[in-house]
Amino acid sequence: MAHMDVIGLSGIQFFGKMSASISHDLKNVLAVINENAGLLEDLCLMAGKGKLLDPGRLKRLAEDVKHQVRRGDRITTSMNDFAHSVDEASVSIDVSKVVELLVSLSERFVAMRGIVLEVGKPAGPVAITTFPFILLNLLWLCLGYAMSVVGPGKAIELLAEKTEEGAWFRFCKLENMETDAAPPFPAEREIALGQALHAQIFRDPAAREVKVLLAQRQGA
Amino acid sequence: MAEKVLIVDDEKGFLDVLAERMQSRGIEVTTATSAKEALQKLEVETFDAIVLDLMMPEMGGIEALQHIKEKNPDAEVILLTGQPSVSTGVEAMKLGASDFLVKPADINELTEKIKQAKAHRMVLVEKNISKKMKDILKTKGW
Repeated sequence: MAHMDVIGLSGIQFFGKMSASISHDLKNVLAVINENAGLLEDLCLMAGKGKLLDPGRLKRLAEDVKHQVRRGDRITTSMNDFAHSVDEASVSIDVSKVVELLVSLSERFVAMRGIVLEVGKPAGPVAITTFPFILLNLLWLCLGYAMSVVGPGKAIELLAEKTEEGAWFRFCKLENMETDAAPPFPAEREIALGQALHAQIFRDPAAREVKVLLAQRQGA
Repeated sequence: MAEKVLIVDDEKGFLDVLAERMQSRGIEVTTATSAKEALQKLEVETFDAIVLDLMMPEMGGIEALQHIKEKNPDAEVILLTGQPSVSTGVEAMKLGASDFLVKPADINELTEKIKQAKAHRMVLVEKNISKKMKDILKTKGW
């Protein structure tokens, strides 16, 4: 019940924002497939009028469609993982999977701001027991903060690392943490989500990073 | 005379195939994969219609639309996007977008809208010429 309370309206808005972004990406996939199918129709019409069909052109069209199907499959896999992130309040999950899902969900938002996300994951599996949806919401807010204080290089390093207690999620290369325009961090929402996860949130301007520490097995 | 259109979309796979299909329909097509590139092309060339994606990296369609309309209030801009929110659609129309289409779009519908945009632009151009002529006649007093 405490978890449901902390999700609240902000959590639903996060869910909505991600769902809208996913649907936009899927629309783009459908648009490319639609144009390829249209071009195929055009080529058939022209062939009907006597113009020779170029097998190489047809092959490229088929490859483009296959590429879009693979892209659509990746998007729907992420959508499915995200949808299931609310299923259980306490589940064992590999931190690399969390990072992959966060990167997939935030790809469009990061690109829209012309930012590059450089990702580093642990070499082997690092399991943590957590509520995936709340963790994703917290990491999304950390990423939002990171995007607002990124340096002129427009690159953010997102690192997931194994620690003795569990795992770190670090957002590095944040050059503008000390400027007047930098928003407060962690804000009320991040603190609430962190408390729900029994996570520790750190802001380290000297190291130009913010990080979230999650114990391998969190308290109730 | 063929319609001259600028299509702006960061989805290169979409852009290239749409351009090819439009060209086969007799439309003269120029493409840009970013709003910045589109604005550069608009500095040196005019188009009967600009087909603009809303969601693009760095400079989105709404900001690009504002820039285009500031420089050329008569530009005919058709927005073509994946999944617009109602508020974005309203904002775009308030900023002077001529029309709005949602992806995946029907090429015949898009072509028709481009033709309408060209006809509308011709009317505006003729009006402007007529106004300029009247102003000249008034000031010169011939």
